[in-house]
Amino acid sequence: MSALTQSAPGAAQSDAAPEKELRPPSYWPFVVPALVVVLAIIIFPWVFTIWMSLNEWKVGSSTTFVGFSNYLRLTSDPRFIEAIGHTLIYTALSVLLPLVLGTFAAVVFHQKFPGRGFLRGVFIMPMMATPVAIALVWTMMFHPQLGVLNYLLSLVGIPAQLWVFHPATVIPSLVLVETWQWTPLVMLIVLGGLAAIPSEPYESAQIDGASIWQVFRFITLPLIMPFLFIAGMIRMIDAVKSFDIIFAITQGGPGSASETINIYLYSVAFSYYDLGYGSAIAVVFFLLIVLLAAVMLYARQRMLWTEIASGT
Amino acid sequence: MTPRQIIGKIGLWFSVLVIVSPAILFFLWMASLSLKFEIDNAAYPPVFIPEHIAWKNYADVLASNRFLTYFINSLIVTGSATLLALLVGVPAGYGIARMSAHKSAIVILIARITPGLSYLIPLFLMFQWLGLLGTLVPQIIIHLVVTVPIVIWIMIGYFETTPLELEEAALIDGATRWQVFRHVALPIAKPGIAVAFILAVIFSWNNFVFGIVLAGRETRTLPVAVYNMISFDQLSWGPLAAAALIVTFPVLLLTVFAQRQIVAGLTAGAVKGG
Repeated sequence: MSALTQSAPGAAQSDAAPEKELRPPSYWPFVVPALVVVLAIIIFPWVFTIWMSLNEWKVGSSTTFVGFSNYLRLTSDPRFIEAIGHTLIYTALSVLLPLVLGTFAAVVFHQKFPGRGFLRGVFIMPMMATPVAIALVWTMMFHPQLGVLNYLLSLVGIPAQLWVFHPATVIPSLVLVETWQWTPLVMLIVLGGLAAIPSEPYESAQIDGASIWQVFRFITLPLIMPFLFIAGMIRMIDAVKSFDIIFAITQGGPGSASETINIYLYSVAFSYYDLGYGSAIAVVFFLLIVLLAAVMLYARQRMLWTEIASGT
Repeated sequence: MTPRQIIGKIGLWFSVLVIVSPAILFFLWMASLSLKFEIDNAAYPPVFIPEHIAWKNYADVLASNRFLTYFINSLIVTGSATLLALLVGVPAGYGIARMSAHKSAIVILIARITPGLSYLIPLFLMFQWLGLLGTLVPQIIIHLVVTVPIVIWIMIGYFETTPLELEEAALIDGATRWQVFRHVALPIAKPGIAVAFILAVIFSWNNFVFGIVLAGRETRTLPVAVYNMISFDQLSWGPLAAAALIVTFPVLLLTVFAQRQIVAGLTAGAVKGG
């Protein structure tokens, strides 16, 4: 409240100035309160994190400046390197599966059918529901003896699985949850793309007798490519950082089979209270996300160039 | 209808069924778990619709006085974090849109990419030094990390689409910039504010990671409380599922009734907290 009322007199003052008509009006007073908040809760933590990462900083003991040794320690930390591997596998699967399924769902929801609005609402429920609550129910469903998933598998003659309780199946099982949860977001973004496509190409394709697959492959897919790219980017950022589902279902287990960077970061910072080392992980983790985003942007540019090159 | 059209119709409805059933079946199963006695929940093959409905599961969860505390905690944290975010974020979105200061959106982008845990380490220390741990204040402040970027992002987008002519006319008539914002821009922006409000509420309500670090026994929010229940009564699935459903029910209700706003907000900004 006080932040808003403070900005008001400032705005009034600048307007009362006689040269009001001459210079572009200042909108700064509107932005200042948010700027203060952003500085305090986003910029300051970042600067502080970088500083902490250069120190030996444990809760309850004194801090000493150690330069880059926390970063050097990372390069020989097998748990961290293993966590990078888990994160990359988890992310790749959690981007690709929702992209494929979400595009299919968007094509379907682009058709007109009765109850479409309501069913779309039902379809997006998984991504809005509280992740921890969902994780709880999935844990029960994954239960090897009493879980409903093994019962469903037995109906079609597939032997019981250990799901999240076995190192080999834990990551695919978690990806299943992540896909179930986030396919709707891809669907919504692609659906927005489909709505923007003009109808002419479809009409001429119909006259030429193109099959449904041909229409999708050669008309729809190229036109929704920019939207798929955005969806893929958002999905990547969220999947890399995925925490709630993994933490609530496995806490990184069994053993460390599903320990991603984010889960390891939590252990280092808030189980071992090794805040300096944790900060170094946070910085490297952020850089890794930026790097992945840059790689995706680069791949997209390459695709565009080859398209242009082959088109001319 | 030609045979081809009929096949097309059947194919469409089949596809719709395939797409929607994972969500429907999941939430029905969640409801089923929450309404069954332990005997039914431990049965194999699983019981889908029980003979005896265990309303008791819900009564048990609601009757435990801590649950009420956690519910109130959640209301306070989400309510305060959302209102504060609207207070600073709506004017900021307006200012940024009118100044066309698009580069400032980079900060929002960084906030979007940063893992929630990396805010927690420095802010956790700050709260410790300030002696705030053990109150709800740290959680309210850190939830701003989620709510403020959402509100600013959505409001920038919204104010960019509202017409400038009315505002210019009001300025020429001698209104101050603040009056223009308050009486011209703000009323037009109500739908945008609704979108920002709904998304901020949902992502703050759902947030888990900040709570597990910052919440003490008395200051847990609902997602943290539910998580803590897992470790304590691993095997009583009924009350656990009931608690999970109670926690997420307000959000599901909001999703169904404010679907249009949620879809608009998510596709415009594609923001998510945490």
